[in-house]
Amino acid sequence: MGFLGEYIRTVYKSVASLLKGMKMTGYYFTHHKEIITQEYPDNRDTLILPERFRGEVVMPHTESNEHRCTGCTACELACPNGTIKIITKFEVSPEGKKKKAIDTFIYHLELCTMCNLCIVACPTDAIKMAQSFEHSVYKRADLTKVLNKPGSKLMEGVE
Amino acid sequence: MLEEIGTTEQGDLIINVGPQHPATHGVLHLVITLNGETIKKVDPHLGYIHRSIEKMCESLTYRQFIYVTSRMDYLSSHINNHGCALVVEKGVQIEVPARAQVIRVLMDELTRVASHLLWWGAMAMDVGAITPFFHAFREREMINDIMEETCGARLTMNYMVPGGVMADIHPDFQRKVKEFVTEFKSKIDEYDELVTGNIIFQSRMKGVGFISKEDAISYGCSGPVARASGVSCDIRKWYPYDCYSQLKFEEVIRTEGDSYARYLVRMEEMRQSLNIIDQLIDAIPEGEFQAKTKAVLKLPKGEFYTMVETARGEFGVYVVSEGGTTPYRIKFRSPGFSNLSALDHMSVGGKIGDLVATMGTLDLVIPDIDR
Ligand code: SF4
Ligand code: SF4
Repeated sequence: MGFLGEYIRTVYKSVASLLKGMKMTGYYFTHHKEIITQEYPDNRDTLILPERFRGEVVMPHTESNEHRCTGCTACELACPNGTIKIITKFEVSPEGKKKKAIDTFIYHLELCTMCNLCIVACPTDAIKMAQSFEHSVYKRADLTKVLNKPGSKLMEGVE
Repeated sequence: MLEEIGTTEQGDLIINVGPQHPATHGVLHLVITLNGETIKKVDPHLGYIHRSIEKMCESLTYRQFIYVTSRMDYLSSHINNHGCALVVEKGVQIEVPARAQVIRVLMDELTRVASHLLWWGAMAMDVGAITPFFHAFREREMINDIMEETCGARLTMNYMVPGGVMADIHPDFQRKVKEFVTEFKSKIDEYDELVTGNIIFQSRMKGVGFISKEDAISYGCSGPVARASGVSCDIRKWYPYDCYSQLKFEEVIRTEGDSYARYLVRMEEMRQSLNIIDQLIDAIPEGEFQAKTKAVLKLPKGEFYTMVETARGEFGVYVVSEGGTTPYRIKFRSPGFSNLSALDHMSVGGKIGDLVATMGTLDLVIPDIDR
């Protein structure tokens, strides 16, 4: 009899604790204060990512097609994965002086781990992180990007 | 019971759990020898996600190698980064500003809560309850949003750098953390109601996966696994780093040594973490968030070791330096590896049905074990 009593008590207690849990589930089922699921990609237009979010490395250009990159290769050295490759050239100014400048700033998005080390290393704030995150493409080669726009120049006064 | 198993050699069944099995939480492969439903041996096979991180670190500079450690225990990435930053600071002898220390500890504790939350949801799912998983992820999302805003990433932050943190906290950081703490304090009581008090859950956990204090020490267990067996091993208490020595919190220790004790230790640790966050969030000192360091860091010739308490236990970084810009050798002591080695001891003699529950309470992260 003792055993049976214990058994029934255990079943009763189990059911009671289960119901207690179910009550909470039921409460949330009927009281959804706010919908926490984001319906991506339907909410693409209203989706705001924090400004520090690391999506990809970009080089901002001004309206007159000027950037701030001097070609010092500090970012290339700081990158742990060899994501950045900078090809420099010598520009001859009208006065006949030679000056180092970037020819091509190659960025391999497929190798980038978004660690932010290149951004921190850049002495002239020429590159920054963009908030884009939809990086899927059809060809792998599309992930290799040239960040300086064609015909762009170094901004005046940036050394 | 044990002797009886040892004598029946014939009719043993060998089954594979994993490497692709939802209960192993990653690519862990367990070869289990069974006698009927009783476990005779659990043999973990590793290496499915080995990336040779330690070797990789040898070719990276002391600033660069930190980011790779986020990819080991990805649920405690801040704390891993913290350990690596500490070893560089120890070698180069950088004094970390008070503000940076507080920000680091805050981030560590938020990470610990987030990690335990994910464990709690996954643990409950392992024993058959689906709802807790969604509850846990709802709260974890708040922490992830905080991290995203301040550090720029949700999982692999790379926010700790030698000398401090990479960027100052976001202006909204304090407000959002306070919001989270207030909300989570009521939620954690709900968790207890939903899972901890459940009789069915308790009977699946109590007395299952027992490991004694002596065995926990000899297997090298650390973190909540060891503390549930009565081993006092919290690095934050024993070898305090950054500003942990000035904080008031309790090291959660239980003596039962079973799965339920490990569960309770983690639940209480979340409360202690909230307690630490409460103490610090209004007391972030003004000042620099990063010490001035040389552009190229060089560790003097010698050996350096630091350890931190991650959500899973003791994480140690051992660096051998030849005086150059890259380490000569790096060894990581990851908590998951030692905790996994005790799984065999815990589950032998138990039933196969309890294996998943026991494994759940070990809180294994496979990339941390394989590296
Ligand atoms: S974010 Fe990191 S991996 Fe990517 S380019 Fe910069 S330094 Fe390299
Ligand atoms: S982006 Fe910055 S760090 Fe990189 S080459 Fe240009 S100026 Fe130098």
